[in-house]
Amino acid sequence: MELARPYTAAFASRFLLMLQYRAAAFAGFLTQCWWGGIKVMVYAAFFRGATVTAPITLSQVITYTWLAQAFLALAPWGCDPDVALAVRNGSVGYDRLRPVDNYGLWYARAAGWMTSRAIPRAALMFLFAGVALPLAGLADWSWAPPPSVAQALLFAVSLPFVVTLSSAMVMLLNIAVVAILNDRGVNSLLSPLVIVFSGNLIPLTIFPDWMHVALFVQPFAGLVDIPFRIYTGNLTGGAAWAGIALQALWTIVIVALGRAWMARVMRRLAMQGG
Amino acid sequence: MNAAALLRRYCAASLRAQMQYPVNAMLLATGQFWATVVDIAAIWALFHRFGAVDGWRFGDVAMFFGLVSISFSIADFFTRGFDVLGTEFIKTGAFDRILLRPRTATLQLIGHDFRLSRAGRFLQGVAVTAIATSSLHFQWDAASLALATWTIAGGVALFFGLMVFQGALAFWTTESLEAMNLLTYGGVQAAQFPLSIYERWFRSFLIFVVPIGCVAYFPVLAILGKPDPLGAPDWLLPLTPLAGFAFLGVSFIAWRAGVSKYTSTGS
Amino acid sequence: MTHIVVEELAKSYRVAERDPGVFGALKGLVRRRTRTIEALQGVSFTLERGELLGFIGPNGAGKSTTIKILSGILEPDAGRVEVDGLVPHADRIKHVARIGVVFGQRTQLWWDLPVVDGFELLRDIYRVDRAAYARTRDELVAMLRLERLLDQPVRQLSLGQRMRAEIAAALLHEPRILFLDEPTIGLDAPSKLAVREFVKRLNRERGVTVLLTTHDMHDIEALAERVIVIGHGRVLADGTFNALRARIAAEQGPDDTDDQLPIEQVIARFYHLHGATEA
Repeated sequence: MELARPYTAAFASRFLLMLQYRAAAFAGFLTQCWWGGIKVMVYAAFFRGATVTAPITLSQVITYTWLAQAFLALAPWGCDPDVALAVRNGSVGYDRLRPVDNYGLWYARAAGWMTSRAIPRAALMFLFAGVALPLAGLADWSWAPPPSVAQALLFAVSLPFVVTLSSAMVMLLNIAVVAILNDRGVNSLLSPLVIVFSGNLIPLTIFPDWMHVALFVQPFAGLVDIPFRIYTGNLTGGAAWAGIALQALWTIVIVALGRAWMARVMRRLAMQGG
Repeated sequence: MNAAALLRRYCAASLRAQMQYPVNAMLLATGQFWATVVDIAAIWALFHRFGAVDGWRFGDVAMFFGLVSISFSIADFFTRGFDVLGTEFIKTGAFDRILLRPRTATLQLIGHDFRLSRAGRFLQGVAVTAIATSSLHFQWDAASLALATWTIAGGVALFFGLMVFQGALAFWTTESLEAMNLLTYGGVQAAQFPLSIYERWFRSFLIFVVPIGCVAYFPVLAILGKPDPLGAPDWLLPLTPLAGFAFLGVSFIAWRAGVSKYTSTGS
Repeated sequence: MTHIVVEELAKSYRVAERDPGVFGALKGLVRRRTRTIEALQGVSFTLERGELLGFIGPNGAGKSTTIKILSGILEPDAGRVEVDGLVPHADRIKHVARIGVVFGQRTQLWWDLPVVDGFELLRDIYRVDRAAYARTRDELVAMLRLERLLDQPVRQLSLGQRMRAEIAAALLHEPRILFLDEPTIGLDAPSKLAVREFVKRLNRERGVTVLLTTHDMHDIEALAERVIVIGHGRVLADGTFNALRARIAAEQGPDDTDDQLPIEQVIARFYHLHGATEA
């Protein structure tokens, strides 16, 4: 479809760029294995001596951890490196010259960037944690399949929303960087928030019970906690659908915010000469 | 001008450049502080829910973590140049300019960027060590302070070595690698828990390959006056930070190989 | 007195190759193909003290490789190179302390630091005696008219101003040799003239040996008595510019118009005659 061409091209060019760095890609994979391994061992140690029942089981938490590592690239860690570069060398204004919807273009680019990084990594991580570990007799430490078809289907619905939600957040970062004309400060402020509140650090249900509702409804939960607890069967039925609805809702809200903000920032840029 | 004086000048110049953007500097330091506090949040949440792990309490873990954070933040302060070697120097060709100056590349890279923001993690390390002290009702004395300083020195050497290794790898891959972060940041993560909770093979890795255990677990046991449940003899415990220095030596061998490759194949 | 000796210099690179498109990229993940480029295939020349040499040739001919080998940041595969009695890559630290290098469009100064702060840092890096530094700095500032630029951060300077500051930076430690790699690229006309004037004075009045690579033939016209043309890793010509002109006239036969051909045409014809096209 001709209309989609610039956006698909933006998506594809990101993808190609990522495939070039094969040494870096493999090394990044090793990082994930290590990280996942440490966390899994730590959880096992805690659950081993547990005198209380936790709101999540050890095997669920283990699969959750591998999933979080596999799809790490899908979280909004920083602005698009292209935007950072454009801001640093002053070429941001050029985007205005192109006859396409700026928000849409950047959004497609962000989605392409994160997806292209996530897919190979997730595939490798699955091979390691989902296939190799069980084959090596370490099934207890491995990435287990979803407990039922229903959960698998729910997960299939939830996962794309991770991309939409995360891209919307990355767009906010991009716009912030353009507005403040500086990238490092912005990136470093959001990461800790993402790590804790997305559930990347630990599943949100491990936090004290009185925090649970607030942690569930905040926007970051839809990035890691909701989709992966759905997969492991820790979040089922109505609660799962509520989670998906929250992902969709936050996506819409953040996209709307982003578009409005971007329009203002671009207008201001045009007035200042770009 | 000798090396130490030159480094002081580099540091002053770097700090001055950063203070031109005071807001940014503050943001970064704050971001760093919170980023590192996040790790303790996980530990806290886990202990809050489960109470203890393998007989270790929150205070013990916090002590390991605090000292490791201090070590890492100091090393991090001095090794930014090695961290960004790939993207800022090799890919751009700026490493040529380093070779065109009559000083060792190492010295110039140390002098490259003294980031104020590293103070964020340093403060977190100090804070967490303070929390550990109060949680364990630990009394510091001259002996334990000396041992703690020695432990931190070994830790600084180890993390410094890891960054040099990462720099060396960049000569082959040109990109700054995520992989080394697994050993540096991952090492900080791994070191915060007592080695006894890990599986055997991993424990061995953390003692003999990348000896993070030697600059955290063992010496801190000595500081706390506890015997090692894994059976290491008491007299060995305070000596273990030497492993950090040994690791640093090995990393410089890799570094020299990397520079040699760069000058023979160009960029 | 011979300052630089280059004998049968040879250097080749291996470059990774990959098919275009997404499938090519995927294949590239699994299998890597490399291609060998022979950048230098036996380059020889000598430079006396105080000479000003122009080094020209099409892109990819081997000019940058030669400069890198001469400055000590690249090792040759074969051949002999000696600068002021030292082998550049073998005695790197001693060697680079005696040379100055300017790369066009790139600056060695610190982006966020005022120019003068960058100068002082270089003074400390090169271990220049403070009194000598002050003298040299003042002379350079006067000759390159940098007075008003000294307190500005480098990022705020225009390209022309940056290039003048860059040249000063390269000379603070009073090197006897200066390598200039495309120093006038991207500069406006007055800046180009300023740079040329300065280099000429540096060479004629101070006797600094200069090796200049450039694509701008007017640089050559203004500065270089001697020109070396490099093509495909070999020296194609080595002599004065007029000798080059005469050689072309001889090689291509008499031509009605060509008494005073513009310099670019002379060079372009020379490249063409010797198959020295862009690699």
